[in-house]
Amino acid sequence: MSTTPPDLETEEPLIQGPYAGVKFGRGDKAFSTVALASGVTILVTLAAVFVFLFIKGLPGFTADPEIFKPSSDSFWGYVGRLLFGTTFAAIIALLIAVPFSFALALFISHYAPRRIATPVAYVIDLLAAVPSVVFGLWGARTLAVSSQPVQRWFDHNLGWLPFFKGPASATGRTILIAGVVLAIMCIPIITAICREVFSQTPRLNEEAALALGATRWEMVRYAVFPHSRSGMVAAVMLGLGRALGETMAVSMVMSSTPIITLNMISSTNSATIASNIAANYKAEDNRIQTVLLATGLVLFLFTFLVNFVARYVAGRGERGQR
Amino acid sequence: MTTFDTIESERLYSGRLPAYAPYLVLLIAFAASGLLALLLGWGIVPFVIVGGLIAVVGMPAWSAVVENRRAATDRLVTSVIWAAFAVTLVPLVWLIWVVISKGVPAIDLSFLTHDMVQRLDPATGKLVAGGGLEHALIGTLLVTLGAVVISVPIGLFTAIYLVEYGKRNRIAKVVTFLVDVMTGIPSIVAGLFGLALFTLIFGVGTRMGIMGSIALSLLMIPTVVRSGEEMMRLVPDDLREASYALGVPKWRTIVKVVIPTALGGIVTGIMLAISRVIGETAPLLVAVGAAEAVNSNLFSGRMMTLPVFIMTQYSTATPQGYARAWGGALILIVIVMVLNLAARIISKIFAPKTGR
Amino acid sequence: MITTSIRRAVVPGVAALTLALSLAACGGSDNGDSASGSGAAKGLSGTVAAGGSSAQEKAQEAWRAGFGADNPDVTITYDPVGSGTGRDNFYSGAYKFAGSDSAISAEDMAKAKSACGGSDPIEVPVFISPIDIAFNLQGVDSLKLDATTVAKIFSGTIKKWNDPAIAQQNPDVQLPATAISPVHRSDSSGTTDNFTDWLHQAGGGAWKTEHSSDWPVQVGEAAEGTSGVVGAIQDGQGTIGYADDSAVASTKLGKVSVKVGTDYVAPSADGAAAGLAASKVADGAAASQLVYSINRTATDPSVYPVFLASYFIACPTYDDKATADVVKGFGQYIVSSAGQKAASANALSAPLPSDVADKAKAILDKIAAK
Repeated sequence: MSTTPPDLETEEPLIQGPYAGVKFGRGDKAFSTVALASGVTILVTLAAVFVFLFIKGLPGFTADPEIFKPSSDSFWGYVGRLLFGTTFAAIIALLIAVPFSFALALFISHYAPRRIATPVAYVIDLLAAVPSVVFGLWGARTLAVSSQPVQRWFDHNLGWLPFFKGPASATGRTILIAGVVLAIMCIPIITAICREVFSQTPRLNEEAALALGATRWEMVRYAVFPHSRSGMVAAVMLGLGRALGETMAVSMVMSSTPIITLNMISSTNSATIASNIAANYKAEDNRIQTVLLATGLVLFLFTFLVNFVARYVAGRGERGQR
Repeated sequence: MTTFDTIESERLYSGRLPAYAPYLVLLIAFAASGLLALLLGWGIVPFVIVGGLIAVVGMPAWSAVVENRRAATDRLVTSVIWAAFAVTLVPLVWLIWVVISKGVPAIDLSFLTHDMVQRLDPATGKLVAGGGLEHALIGTLLVTLGAVVISVPIGLFTAIYLVEYGKRNRIAKVVTFLVDVMTGIPSIVAGLFGLALFTLIFGVGTRMGIMGSIALSLLMIPTVVRSGEEMMRLVPDDLREASYALGVPKWRTIVKVVIPTALGGIVTGIMLAISRVIGETAPLLVAVGAAEAVNSNLFSGRMMTLPVFIMTQYSTATPQGYARAWGGALILIVIVMVLNLAARIISKIFAPKTGR
Repeated sequence: MITTSIRRAVVPGVAALTLALSLAACGGSDNGDSASGSGAAKGLSGTVAAGGSSAQEKAQEAWRAGFGADNPDVTITYDPVGSGTGRDNFYSGAYKFAGSDSAISAEDMAKAKSACGGSDPIEVPVFISPIDIAFNLQGVDSLKLDATTVAKIFSGTIKKWNDPAIAQQNPDVQLPATAISPVHRSDSSGTTDNFTDWLHQAGGGAWKTEHSSDWPVQVGEAAEGTSGVVGAIQDGQGTIGYADDSAVASTKLGKVSVKVGTDYVAPSADGAAAGLAASKVADGAAASQLVYSINRTATDPSVYPVFLASYFIACPTYDDKATADVVKGFGQYIVSSAGQKAASANALSAPLPSDVADKAKAILDKIAAK
């Protein structure tokens, strides 16, 4: 601030860069003001969202413990359970989605013949556009029902694991199925970014590897992966962001209770923050809305953190290459 | 790191499997699995799974015998990747198949031209439902239109500011950062914001279509800014400079040169943004609520929207409700796909103009 | 806002036209007025938001349809959000009236009064319906169970369908060894309140907690709303849950006959009506409240004790005349013979006994604008 010469500030503070010397008329001033105003609107809106959530949600952090009964007796106990459910569902989703996404991205960028790769890439993009309520409908009406025998099988054969302790849900509406649906929703996002990253591997690196006698897999492993590592991490984080914030698919598919359990196939599952809001927002009771806003704030900060880390990792990777 | 540690002293020329080997393995694998299925009376699912497994294991095994270990690893990875591709196709095909097969029977003319207002049959005293989604279609169109009207000008002008005016100054940096933050807002939180904001102003129980439009535009703006920014940056500086050299003021340059050049990309970006928000359920459920009758006033009362229609019909848990939900889902998917296709076609048509 | 006021001004004149048009637009599924009771309101207009009990959902649909036939310019929305949430939203003013399967509790009465500007809120019974204990078990259509066994099933102590406690009461039924999967409401619900009240009163100590709108045990599958519970029961094998009869009747689910005295009684509207007749009007209620304290331990085999008496909760005065008129007219229609007939045709409820209906109408007649 203090280093800027005062005469520059008064002239045209809004317009800098290569065209700073060009003369501007009245139309120009109006136009640039509108443009700036739009930018500032975004700034103000977002600040408003945050401040608003903060002011309205803050009393929720110290709300009357009676609201949280019978599941918990304090806000942090309550939000902790929900946060656990949110993270647990997202982790299940990523454990399924990540290997498939990487494989699918490699398939499109390096393995499939071109006439297959292009339509496949297009279809995957379309999958990203399917609305979440349709995924929810399909998950609850079709996937959950047809997965009942599979979940019973898990119960019988892997029941010694805490994840499959059972008894298996009779309806199939479990966090495992919610995780599968979330995974299907994450796959297109992760695949799209990874595909882009993989195909940006310098052609020369790949050809050098092949010329040294590497098989295709060795080429991928030693030329493509090292080049794409940060992009892959960022893609996974963005997928995680989507899985954390998803509402409808989870609340339609899963029968949820705010408790903490690792059991993935029983009928008592941990609720997620978003599905809990969707289940309880109808109460126009001020106290409950306040608590929901507070959990919404926690979710917002949590996804923000994840997205921020993703962008930081992606940015570092980009800088590292230049 | 850079050496191939798996390379061993092997003959340079080992045996090669013939080009038709993968097809042969697939054929044998599924033949074997089919035989087992016939003998043990399996259904279609175990047949496919076992066949796939035999193929994935058999291909590298054969390769290990004829070729070498490295080639076998390569074959293994290749089979795994093809298998992964096939597995991911399953939910996609399954989803589309289910939506089409259950949705098509539900859709007819009366489904499209009725709302859900119910009447009592005078003879039996039983309820007769209109049984359609006209109100939801109208609601979705209006709410989405509202979101477009709010977010497109703000988004585009912000993009113009970022590209043309605020080249890397502090405001531009902050705005870019905030747009990034906005992409991460969970949709339900956007809905809660709309609800809480209007509750504060108009009192408890307020529900209006415009609340949903505002919530949706929170989700839409970042996409519009991002795509607009990217497209305008693609416009070569030569074009701008040529225009300045002719004495055209900067704003006319933007309106007459930059935007027309980037138009295809911008429109594509907007269409994709619309296709993203038109299927959003959670914010609309929270902020706009559900209704049974057509309401074409964005500023008064609840409106039904297509995603919320699907949701409420699903939660009736009756066969008729499920049928309507599937019908609604099919229509929603078709709308989204048409928007996507249109976006792609537009970007194809305008592609040469972007200068690449 | 402007459009609304214009519409209000023009409406009475074109009401008939609108009716004709809307009928034409809807394929002429309705020709002429449905049967309307004596003195039913006509030609009202306005928009009223309401909600609450999801057990009343079907009945409310019928009432709105019947009332809408006489008053085509009235828009009443009813959100089946559950009785607890419905009452909360009534206290906060979001709903102008609420449907609730349980009366306003003593602790909440202060909130309800402040929502009505200090006067006592109106509570009248409008919907009497049996709660079915429905199950999905291959090859079994009906079971006989006493309250103690049902309490043990829902609290998770009886885990298999072939448990001796069940088998002993059903010697003729071939019971499989399937696991029992109880389904309960995830939202705050009056059906839950009435059901747990029965478990507590009749369960002989097997049900530990008192009646409550929120499901008190963390066992079993949670589903949202009456229809959600029915959907979950249908989707699973070995599931059992409780839901209003109107939602179960259209399904193929089996129903439990509960033990009353020495007999087993199947759910029926008549049984529920007999149950109400065997109950007393609660003491200490204000003049505007007609509230029952329900007796779940009757031994007369004509009584089906697992039923709900669902209330219509409203304010005696409203700031706005249009709202007052619509709430009053709608309430009167509900308790009228036409309204009760519509509900019993569609929601399989028991019509209100005529003395109760008359008392309710007398209370509702007093609704007015300030």
